[in-house]
Amino acid sequence: MKLLAKVVVTPKPVVNDPQGVTVGQGLRSLGFGEVEEVRVGKYLEIRLDADGEREARERVADMCRKLLANGVIEDFKFEVMARS
Amino acid sequence: MRFGVVVFPGTWSDRDCGWVIDQVLGPDCELRYLWHKDRDLKGVDCVILPGGFSYGDYLRSGAIARFAPLMESVIEFADRGGLVWGICNGFQVLCEAGLLPGALIRNQVLEFRCEWTHLLVEQTDNPFTALCERRQVLRIPIAHGEGNYFADPATLAALEEADQVVFRYCDPNGLVVPSANPNGSLHNIAGVINQRGNVLGMMPHPERCSEAELGGTDGLLLFRSVAEHALRALTA
Repeated sequence: MKLLAKVVVTPKPVVNDPQGVTVGQGLRSLGFGEVEEVRVGKYLEIRLDADGEREARERVADMCRKLLANGVIEDFKFEVMARS
Repeated sequence: MRFGVVVFPGTWSDRDCGWVIDQVLGPDCELRYLWHKDRDLKGVDCVILPGGFSYGDYLRSGAIARFAPLMESVIEFADRGGLVWGICNGFQVLCEAGLLPGALIRNQVLEFRCEWTHLLVEQTDNPFTALCERRQVLRIPIAHGEGNYFADPATLAALEEADQVVFRYCDPNGLVVPSANPNGSLHNIAGVINQRGNVLGMMPHPERCSEAELGGTDGLLLFRSVAEHALRALTA
């Protein structure tokens, strides 16, 4: 089953994100005064050939815990979908 | 005694560490380079994970290096009580590998900082700072973009409670003040040790200040501490 996992890794709310602060300042100085906060994370696309969506979800969660996110400083979320 | 210096693709301070061990420390100290793809630690008494950008710092600093075949041997070695010393990128690898608590995130200032820092030595009852005086101020340079030490409040409190903070950034007089903190590290932390006292991680580079020609010799105190500790253990 050809699947695509879209993984988003973000700094935990308690972790200071100097990149996000700086990007937020940049946006505000460009006139986007409504910007209250920016958090900078990572986006990963993973192409999978798996037995099923449920199995794939478990495997992707495992990938996140073991490598893609550092649980000390980052949270992750993902979705898994069919691909052609 | 024998030091092992680990080399990952992208490591840059391996030769500097090797030079200190081979050329500065004296005839009692041997050097072995340990290649990341090997598993053999070549009978070393202390493993050094040096600075650099292992695996290009891809994903996160140290994230890929921790899965190198050699790291399995390093983790077993640490579990048996072997001395493991992570410097700069090596500190990041040790945190990613779970041998030390916390993580190193991007510098608060969003700059790569390459400069001399002062370190307050808070603990000396370990193999790495045994020759230092307690509360001695060392002058050792840093060179990193991601040396901002973070740990959750409970972990941080436990580290402080157990006296596991070995080095803190301070001013030349030994005062731990915000202006002496080059990267935003919580509690000005520059180096921590594990509970057992055999795994040390630090962001500053002692191998870059172990000869007067390089502007200082404070780093040599740490190499000498490890060497004397290991020699004592070997002759005991």
